[in-house]
Amino acid sequence: MAVDVAHFSLTPSPRTRRRKLVNLLMQALATIAALAAVTVLAVVIISVAQRGASALSWDFFTKTAATFGQSGGGVANALVGSLVIVALATVMAVPVGILVALYVSEFAPPRVADLVRLVLDVLNGLPSIIIGIFVFGLLVIGSGQAAWKGSFALAIIMLPLVARATQEVLALVPSSLREGALALGASRWRTVLGVVLPTSVGGILTGTVLAVARAAGETAPLLFTTSIAANTVTWDPRQPVLSIPYDIFVLSESADPADHARAWALGLVLISFVLVTSLTARLLLVRHRKRLEG
Amino acid sequence: MSGRVNAVTSTPALPSRRRVGDRFGDVFLHVLTGAAAAAAVTLLIAIGWKIFDIAHPAISKYGLTFITRQGWDAIHNRFGALDLIWGTAVTSFLALLIAAPLSIAIGLYLSELAPRGARTVIASLVELLAAIPSVVLGLWGILVLGPFVGKDLGPWLHRYLGFIPLFDGTPQNAGILVAVLVLTIMIVPITSSICRELFLGVPTELEEGALALGATRWEMVRGVILPYTRTGVGAAVILGFGRAVGEAIAVTQVIGAGYGIHWSLFATGDTLASKLAEQYDSATTKIQTASLVYLAAILLVISLLVNLAAQLIVRRFAHQRTGGS
Repeated sequence: MAVDVAHFSLTPSPRTRRRKLVNLLMQALATIAALAAVTVLAVVIISVAQRGASALSWDFFTKTAATFGQSGGGVANALVGSLVIVALATVMAVPVGILVALYVSEFAPPRVADLVRLVLDVLNGLPSIIIGIFVFGLLVIGSGQAAWKGSFALAIIMLPLVARATQEVLALVPSSLREGALALGASRWRTVLGVVLPTSVGGILTGTVLAVARAAGETAPLLFTTSIAANTVTWDPRQPVLSIPYDIFVLSESADPADHARAWALGLVLISFVLVTSLTARLLLVRHRKRLEG
Repeated sequence: MSGRVNAVTSTPALPSRRRVGDRFGDVFLHVLTGAAAAAAVTLLIAIGWKIFDIAHPAISKYGLTFITRQGWDAIHNRFGALDLIWGTAVTSFLALLIAAPLSIAIGLYLSELAPRGARTVIASLVELLAAIPSVVLGLWGILVLGPFVGKDLGPWLHRYLGFIPLFDGTPQNAGILVAVLVLTIMIVPITSSICRELFLGVPTELEEGALALGATRWEMVRGVILPYTRTGVGAAVILGFGRAVGEAIAVTQVIGAGYGIHWSLFATGDTLASKLAEQYDSATTKIQTASLVYLAAILLVISLLVNLAAQLIVRRFAHQRTGGS
């Protein structure tokens, strides 16, 4: 720098030129990295859409798998199975998740709140197959598989997601609202249930939808809990059922190209569901935040 | 509400039944939420206890030799985890080696470079990558990425880099390299979105100060942003590692279920998690199930350590930042 000033030269010194070059190179690398990530997303979605679309048909959604040696058939049992498992998991996880979040943000002393938050984060980081094996050991050994046991495993995966999301929106509720309610003479529980919770409903919904999207795509927890099932459509959660992700897993390991086609079609169904739900959730969250922040 | 205010002004005390009801409600909600939180904590403890409980026959039979032995022989009940631990380590470390710089670069692009209007769009696209279910990514891995690695990328690497033991051997459609790439795709969105948030959290005064002193953008990144966020980025990378170690389904689909310890990335292999996913329906004897769950116990210990480390770093980092300002 000092050299430049002494010479009053307006042409960049080699050093400056090198610095600018390095800067340009690094910017280009960062841009390429981001581009690569977006490209991979596009490639995956396009491959699934291309290969999956041709196998979709009315029969695909309404029939069960064809018996061995026959062609055609559908995946109605897996669709219904996924619906049952995920719906039940949501019913189990969401109330508990909201209660845990309420405890952490409204009632717990700071140290306890920290501990519960840590536990939630660790729970969220556990490999999903470990959770599957835990439920296998807890519920399946001795009494066999069932759809609700798969739901229980998925609920364990959803719990920290719902709790953390709820906690984050609860923290966004302006303390003036809480104080206003308390100042009007409302008791603690009325403030929480009547003011704090309704204000955060939008955010809780977002968290729930994201958790559902995640749970719908989980395979590992279902392997040990609800994978050996009859080839019929059943709504009974006490029976083991098949599910979309488990079906994809099994079909993808097969050597038969017809099975691959069905796997792609199921993949398309699953990926559409997951992408649509996560996008909706994100949009909801943006709107909710805007409303809260005024 | 208005009736309530009148009550306060006219009679000093609220009706006592109401007060009892409120006290009951307060205690009830406190206890109910507390019980839910206690249940979450108990759940974590129960997971650890149950896994070690089922694994117990194998732990007491094989002890620590289980960890140092290779091979999975169900006929003679000789089980070992060494090649699986090796497979887990190789795939996770290599995936991290690719994913860490990529994630930092993406984080920097999203926080510093991307045009303002496109910023949130690109950030959500990168996050959507994390939303793709692992089984779908695995399907894509076997049928699209695998053949590409087997026929194009693999031979190319072998031709030009074959002198490195990593690229020795014949490329196949399934193997460690495909698993590494799939894991990379799974880690990148997670670590890069954490990195982005960290980079956005750097005080603008510091960034502008560096720029005002004549630093180029890259010099500002290297001199201000990266040192400022170093710990957080470290934690993000550790979290990504935890995710890679625990991924079962996608890895099972693409790694090819091989045995032994190889340096070559073209060889097939297995990881702790993928072995579990493969063997879910073939454990027949009690000792075989226990040995499988022993693998889960090893995996659990690794992922607990990794997660705790990352969380503690994040917490200390957040504490420093809030305490400092």
